[in-house]
Amino acid sequence: MPASLVDRPQPDRANIDRARVLGHFRTMARIRAFEEAADQALKDGHVKGAVHLSIGQEGVASGVCANLDRGDFITSNHRGHGHTLAKGADMTAMMAELFGRATGACQGKGGSMHIADFQVGMLGANGVVGAGIPIAVGAAHAMKLAGDPRIVVCFFGDGAINRGPFLEGLNWAKAFDLPVLFVCEDNGFAATTRTRAVTAGPGPAARSESLGVPSTPVDGNDVVAVDAAAAELVARVRAGGGPQFLHARTYRLRGHTAADPAPYRPAAEVEERWLDDPIRRCRDLLALQGMAEAELDRVRADAVAEAAAAVADGLAAPHPDPALAWTDVQDVDMAEPATVGAGR
Amino acid sequence: MTELTYLDASREALAGEMRRDPRVWALGEDLGRGGVFGQYRGLAEEFGPARIADTPISEATIMGAAVGAALVGSRPVVEMRFSDFALCAVDELVNQAAKARYMFGGQGRVPLVVRQPIGMWRSSAAQHSQSLEAWYAHIPGLVVVAPATPADNYGLLRSAIRCDDPVVYMEHKDLWPLTGEVPVAADGGLVPLGRGRLVRPGHDVTIVTWSRMVQVAEAAAAEPGAPSIEVIDLRTLWPWDRAMVLDSVRRTGRCLVVHEAVQAGGFGGEIAATVGEELFGVLKAPVRRLGAPRIPVAYAPVLEATSRITAGQVAAAAARMV
Repeated sequence: MPASLVDRPQPDRANIDRARVLGHFRTMARIRAFEEAADQALKDGHVKGAVHLSIGQEGVASGVCANLDRGDFITSNHRGHGHTLAKGADMTAMMAELFGRATGACQGKGGSMHIADFQVGMLGANGVVGAGIPIAVGAAHAMKLAGDPRIVVCFFGDGAINRGPFLEGLNWAKAFDLPVLFVCEDNGFAATTRTRAVTAGPGPAARSESLGVPSTPVDGNDVVAVDAAAAELVARVRAGGGPQFLHARTYRLRGHTAADPAPYRPAAEVEERWLDDPIRRCRDLLALQGMAEAELDRVRADAVAEAAAAVADGLAAPHPDPALAWTDVQDVDMAEPATVGAGR
Repeated sequence: MTELTYLDASREALAGEMRRDPRVWALGEDLGRGGVFGQYRGLAEEFGPARIADTPISEATIMGAAVGAALVGSRPVVEMRFSDFALCAVDELVNQAAKARYMFGGQGRVPLVVRQPIGMWRSSAAQHSQSLEAWYAHIPGLVVVAPATPADNYGLLRSAIRCDDPVVYMEHKDLWPLTGEVPVAADGGLVPLGRGRLVRPGHDVTIVTWSRMVQVAEAAAAEPGAPSIEVIDLRTLWPWDRAMVLDSVRRTGRCLVVHEAVQAGGFGGEIAATVGEELFGVLKAPVRRLGAPRIPVAYAPVLEATSRITAGQVAAAAARMV
């Protein structure tokens, strides 16, 4: 990574809203603490399935979701913990879900890749790349149909732009002029392949623009810039301006899954990218604005303590009753659990 | 009672549900001009283009958008034009619609109907003729319906739209012009999901079938010299009416399953296996299946006919069991 990315000229921050930036620092610290705790819990054997960490991408989740109301909707992808927390979901229920406990956000039926919290408008992470795009578009379509003022934000990665639903969904959103903000978190990787190696043309923004959906570029690791860009785009969407696209460049500081050591990229590249860590940059900014180091340390410590408490709660929570495997399949023909082995 | 075609019955059903529930809307290709078969004719005029929505040719997003719309409280009716085209939307149907309620721990429901016209029709060849009901019956979370009569197409579609879970609704293209008495009413004529229909009683052989093959089975039963055949129209493939089938086979001691779909891996295998497991001791003959050979449906009528099950074949198969 070029040094210019670290030493880039900063926009004018004289009129910065310190409380709002501190809010971002807190949100990002909570996401980071959750991800680190989940990573450790995976190593300790408490998390059973795959976990995709969003370490390094917290600025996008925090910057965007700070502009949403509780009733607004989001869809997410397999790397969805950050979006879910930023939208206001309960950390304890999320950790319990990763542990497969009955108190989990989805009663232990979904796990990391299917985290959802409908109470805060989080319509679900997704195990299929790009699959959240049509779902977000449909939720926005239903809002428009019902004259409901709520809007939808759709998070996906740069890998998703090579899937058909990306083209179909953006075209649909524009054709029906729907209240949806597409947020492409461009972390440079499509699973374990560099996206640019398998992607024709100039990339996400050009594809979006080609469909008449205006794209706004932003440094996704600058949470203040993301917040400002998202504020503008959310306002446009709310005002009936139709679909908008935010192209947020960021970097996945960890592997594709938590278990992926990412040997396909040089260690020096990752080290350099850590200098561009959105949390570090936000902290530097707050310190520059006169925030005491001790206060910033306390925000971080509080987040770590909250995640540790979530882990402790999760470990103490009951496993689901096996009978729960039979619930919420479908109403018809599910009045009573079938005999095991009967194949029903 | 009103005399209606199978096609018009479906339109009356959708219109009735749209009048009754403002959350119901339909989306798909060419719906505004009436749909590819005319099954939406006049609906855009009554309900407007927002509720009878013309979409791009984007099957995956037609289906996926319906999932999103359903999750936030609307009740979409999805038109896939041909069941063959719905294969472009299998992720959205199988991984999203069928799973969302379960994997989110019951936080969200997906009350949508996806209409997927099936079956051989006017030399439509390999990509417009398939009957893929077994694929969807295999998927937990999906209800699968295949009506055979105008009254059932009316009553089952109304029930499907009221169902709070995703329903794969498979009309047979060859049945569109079939006429019959339909109990049209503002809030009536519903046919419950999961209940079969005893088409005709008999005492030698039970034929279990659905969709277009119901007529064929009836014709077979009426052939001179045919054994006494009881015909059951399952109407719903999942959940299927096990009680009706098992009760009947207990009486006749013989079971023949007939479907237009390819026999290998077809839903007839599930029925045959269940009958074998449950009624081995009372069977007077091995359970038989009659379905299409495992070849794509061809274009030329003489070739297409190779895939078509006839009344003569059904009658002969039944006769061999007795």
